[in-house]
Amino acid sequence: MLDVQHITKTFLKGTPNEHTALSDLSLHLQDGDFVTVIGSNGAGKSTLFNAVAGTFLCDSGKILLDNENITYQKEHLRAKNIGRIFQDPMKGTAPDLTVEENMALAYAKATRNILSSAHRKKDMDYFREKLEKLDMGLETRMRTKMGQLSGGQRQAVTLLMSTMVTPKLLLLDEHTAALDPVTAQKVMEITKEIVKEHNITTMMITHNINQALQTGNRTIMLASGKIVLDLQGEAREKMTLPELLEAYKEKAGKVLDNDRMLLSEE
Amino acid sequence: MTMVSSALLLGLQYALLALGVYITFRVLNIPDLTVDGSFTLGAAVSAVLCVAGHPFAALFVATLCGAAAGCVTGFLQTKAGIHPILAGILTMSGLYTVNMQIMGMPNVTLLGKPRFYEFLFTLFPNADKNLLKTVAVFVICAALILLLILFFRTVFGLCIRATGNNEDMVRASSINTNVTKIAALAIANALVALSGGLIAQTGGFADINGGSGMIVVGLASVIIGEVLFGKRSLAVGLLSAAVGSVLYRLIIALALKTNFFTADALKLLSAVIVGITLATPAIRKALSEARTKREARKHA
Repeated sequence: MLDVQHITKTFLKGTPNEHTALSDLSLHLQDGDFVTVIGSNGAGKSTLFNAVAGTFLCDSGKILLDNENITYQKEHLRAKNIGRIFQDPMKGTAPDLTVEENMALAYAKATRNILSSAHRKKDMDYFREKLEKLDMGLETRMRTKMGQLSGGQRQAVTLLMSTMVTPKLLLLDEHTAALDPVTAQKVMEITKEIVKEHNITTMMITHNINQALQTGNRTIMLASGKIVLDLQGEAREKMTLPELLEAYKEKAGKVLDNDRMLLSEE
Repeated sequence: MTMVSSALLLGLQYALLALGVYITFRVLNIPDLTVDGSFTLGAAVSAVLCVAGHPFAALFVATLCGAAAGCVTGFLQTKAGIHPILAGILTMSGLYTVNMQIMGMPNVTLLGKPRFYEFLFTLFPNADKNLLKTVAVFVICAALILLLILFFRTVFGLCIRATGNNEDMVRASSINTNVTKIAALAIANALVALSGGLIAQTGGFADINGGSGMIVVGLASVIIGEVLFGKRSLAVGLLSAAVGSVLYRLIIALALKTNFFTADALKLLSAVIVGITLATPAIRKALSEARTKREARKHA
């Protein structure tokens, strides 16, 4: 499915602040994989997502999605196949447009004619049906401006929007971190449901190690722009928090310094 | 009564300018300074083609030229990565030369040349000429507002609206934001140029400096409309910008009637009005802070 081959990215090249965010990183994802990504601050988790989504071009290496070379493809073209959700609930939706208009925009990927009406009855019924599934009462507030919804509601709608036209790859960048615990859990449940329903290949950054080990079928740990730990199958099932920290120390040569990660409860 | 009817005629023509400014300033969230140049461009093209005897083609070509000017600003803003305000200034400044070349002289008069509304005079020989002019302009205005409302309800129109709101999200929906920005600037400046083209024909002349300060006129109209109708939907916004334009002309006519203001004082007056209105949120905040402090001192 996703094939990342030896990608390297250095920021501020040739200056004293030169920083290698990704160094010769390779990663291969199977169809339907749900990979959780952990690592300390500045390990390159978000940079890896940016590289795959096309926010910048890598200095070297190749990225293949479904056997198609997307290394030099523009961000908005990659967005056709890659859905992405950020930590900040404000980022995924347009606050001054209504809920239904936001959804219509996301659904535009599936419409060929850009001059067709954005308020088709058929589409609206489809959106309502999708919103009903969220069980947040949003189906009755489709004409409400997005900016008036709570963070959790916005994030849930964003999730719907990025999966309404099923993407080949879904990138979740700590998408529940800015929400209160109850809402975070709800959004996480919806995420799992949607991913399972459409069998979407997914990568999720999280700072909650327990969540990382319990969600999905594979966990990778990043340090200094490299994958230092790749857990799957039985090894992953047996892994515990202290063991993981020990493994990190061993592989990365330093103590894990992600406060949020160490302080996270459960 | 003549004051109201002439304000209505002028206001409806400037309404297209106000619509253009509304699209860039409120929908796209970028104040576009190309307006001063594209307004004169529309007037110049319209006047020259009128002199050549093609009053209808004049309006059409003027609109297209305005769209082209908008595309240039759009290109500078997106592909060339120039700050939006500076991009507009560059186009506006360059357009001065272009306009001069089109007109060949600083002022083109249309005395005795055909105009787009004259066919109505032959159709209704007994009707008031000023009324017929107003009707012609009103029809154009109403048709364009309707067209714009319909356009902004399409998927592409929605993309433009979202671009001014959250660019990241639009890109995530697999839409090229460069295209939406350029398209919006092209539409806005097409409307502005058409406004200039109409004014040139009804006024009977085009002047190389006719467009100076038009951005402020447009902003004033948009703001007057918003004060009256509030910020509601886009359709209401477009309509209120047009109504605001007519009211702005009425205010100007009244100001001139008092004999207190001379014609050249009006630009300063408009600038002050727009400045104060745009500063309203800041003024409100300062006032409420001052009140809080005063209350706190009282109870201390």
